[in-house]
Amino acid sequence: MDKIWLIIQREYLTRVRKKSFLVISLLAPLLMVGSGIAIGKLNSASGPDTVAVHDESGLNLLGQLQDNEDVHFVPAAAGSLATAQAAFEKAKPKQAALLNFPAGFALDSTKGIQVLSKGNVSLNRQNNIRKAVNKAVSELKMARSGLKQETISNLQARVELTAINLDELGGKRNDVGVTTAMAYILSILVYMFIFIYGVQVMRGVSEEKSSRIMEVMISSVKPFQLMMGKILGIAGVVLTQFGLWMALSWSISTVVVPMLLKSDKPSISTAAPSGHGVTSTAPASAPSAQAPAAAAPATAEAVAPRPGQFSLWSVLEGLPIGSIIGGFLFFFLGGYLLYSALFAAIGSAVDDQTDAQQFMFPVTVPLILSYVVSINVIINGDPNGPLAFWLSMIPFTSPIAMVMRLPFGVPGWQLLLSGALLIAGFVGVTWVAARIYRVGILMYGKKVSYKELSKWMFYKG
Amino acid sequence: MNPILEAIDVRKAYANHVALSGVSLVIPEGSIFGLLGPNGAGKTSLIRIITQITGADSGEIRFRGERLNPSHIAQIGYLPEERGLYKKMKVGEQLLYLAQLRGLSRTDATARIKQWLARFEIKEWAGKNVEDLSKGMQQKVQFIATVLHQPSLIILDEPFSGFDPINANLIKDEILALRDQGSTIIFSTHRMESVEELCDSIALINKSRKVLDGSVTDIKNQFKTNTYELEGRGRFMLTHPDFEVLEQKERENGYVYARIQIHAGATPNDLLRFAMTQLEIQAFRERIPSINEIFIRRVGETMPESLVEIAS
Repeated sequence: MDKIWLIIQREYLTRVRKKSFLVISLLAPLLMVGSGIAIGKLNSASGPDTVAVHDESGLNLLGQLQDNEDVHFVPAAAGSLATAQAAFEKAKPKQAALLNFPAGFALDSTKGIQVLSKGNVSLNRQNNIRKAVNKAVSELKMARSGLKQETISNLQARVELTAINLDELGGKRNDVGVTTAMAYILSILVYMFIFIYGVQVMRGVSEEKSSRIMEVMISSVKPFQLMMGKILGIAGVVLTQFGLWMALSWSISTVVVPMLLKSDKPSISTAAPSGHGVTSTAPASAPSAQAPAAAAPATAEAVAPRPGQFSLWSVLEGLPIGSIIGGFLFFFLGGYLLYSALFAAIGSAVDDQTDAQQFMFPVTVPLILSYVVSINVIINGDPNGPLAFWLSMIPFTSPIAMVMRLPFGVPGWQLLLSGALLIAGFVGVTWVAARIYRVGILMYGKKVSYKELSKWMFYKG
Repeated sequence: MNPILEAIDVRKAYANHVALSGVSLVIPEGSIFGLLGPNGAGKTSLIRIITQITGADSGEIRFRGERLNPSHIAQIGYLPEERGLYKKMKVGEQLLYLAQLRGLSRTDATARIKQWLARFEIKEWAGKNVEDLSKGMQQKVQFIATVLHQPSLIILDEPFSGFDPINANLIKDEILALRDQGSTIIFSTHRMESVEELCDSIALINKSRKVLDGSVTDIKNQFKTNTYELEGRGRFMLTHPDFEVLEQKERENGYVYARIQIHAGATPNDLLRFAMTQLEIQAFRERIPSINEIFIRRVGETMPESLVEIAS
């Protein structure tokens, strides 16, 4: 047993001592928080798009177009389209687009509307404009049909939904946006880390094989010890990296950022949830930060949590933080162990890494599929539906699917069952992988096929 | 001498071929044992069974009378034919790691690493990455890694490949020194001249079977053909029923060389007496077959010609 410990130590230390590890550990949180701030700043700076309206239809559509939070309509320069266009191009401050209603435009033939702009108009922007125009035209049509404004208002349905999660204690506010963002972030972290570090395991194994140290190693230790030592050592690297990221992101966003942004406090955290993705898992390490945060936005000291945080912290309070952190760590580790055992088997079976591609395919497919399908089923569908349930039970998909479900709240028995299945899956997969590994590490110069691999599983010691 | 290692009817088969079919060996403690055989004969399979990398299908290996088990790993040192080290690891750390995996304590290992690095004059390289070392130096590091934990059984697979003559000599001296300190060395090679120089006894494996084993002297005696070499000056005409000239060459200045087999009943002295009548004798010695010749003869008996060339 002390031998496997030696191997874990080596695998861990050689990676943690690398400069690149330090650089990534320090840079990633800076980048994340930095890009969060940048997005927040840009969002708060940009405001609604200004759209100039050139109307040749004579319907006075400009009067009908209502400004909303995305679009702000202004009259274009009077005269022909060309004049309007010239004015649009020179306009200061810059205008996002020029909306042209042609002369033939009428309520019965609503064709020919043009959106002119420099560069491409994003789909989002087009949608915003189209919605406004649709609304204006339909209101005009209804008015022409003789209905009174009151009747129209009465006919239009304006429904508002307030989502209250009954599972949550005390009827806390549950912000769907934050929950969803959390689900995205957690699952993409699991996906990324399983992939990145699984491939590291594979590379480590195939390096041992191609540098021919393997034979010396396995004359000292059992192949299984060598494989597990590597997998666990790298797991330690991942956890260290997580820990560093959390600590750094937390300290940057609670100490440094508020100092830098004393002036525009509220915009940061609300506008840029992505910037706080990593931070958002941190509260466990900083429980004291939450309590005063809900207080009024008084002028606090730089060390104390800034008012900018309080909206985020308070929504996080509505989430099952304990089970999110615990579940995240468990399912991430379980998924990593399961997949990295497979990656280790691949690394052992091939002579060099270019050959690894064909075998990586069947391993990466469930990983990618579980991410893509989970997004559709869980985030865009029903987080507690039958498909979501099964995705979070199968060991190959559960690490990602379950982590995605965590922020929405998962019944305890499902967590336990899925956890048990993941452990069983990991044990089974490792057993298979170890049998392939054991034979593969001593096979040189052989083009390996799937058939060959399946034979290796039944070789005797 | 007690055997340090015994192989008893060891068999090993892979999916498509038989690697070892009933090989039995006895390796005396404190000797250098040559494990010889052409490529693919089963040497590496046997070594991997002894190093516990794989297991035998049947048969038994005994280490000092005990059935081979993982506790013996600390007493075995293994230098595989395919050398390799962790390229991105420092020499000192790598040696420490490998020694610890063989059961050596950290402090013991550190002290011994210092000694060995000094002995091989590569002390200043301890802090360098392995990939920065020349190939010869890497080989030295690997040799140190093999013997660092003072194993009582050292298995060297082609230990001289990759060494220049000076370093090969250095390694040879170390091997002899290790033997003198009581270690047993199993030495697998194709290089027959090093076998003659180093080995006390050998075993020849061919096509998964042991075809020959014993002490080098015994084997050579066993393969003697009662042939003598004669050199002298004069005209030499040998027509005698007791002797058969296998080869005769005229050399410069009237010198003659002849290789002669003596038939049963006659003695070397008879030949010498006869030769003295014709020649002024300069040299007369028994022709003892080299291990190389024995190897080729034995392997060739069971092998097609083309493979014999490769083996030699």
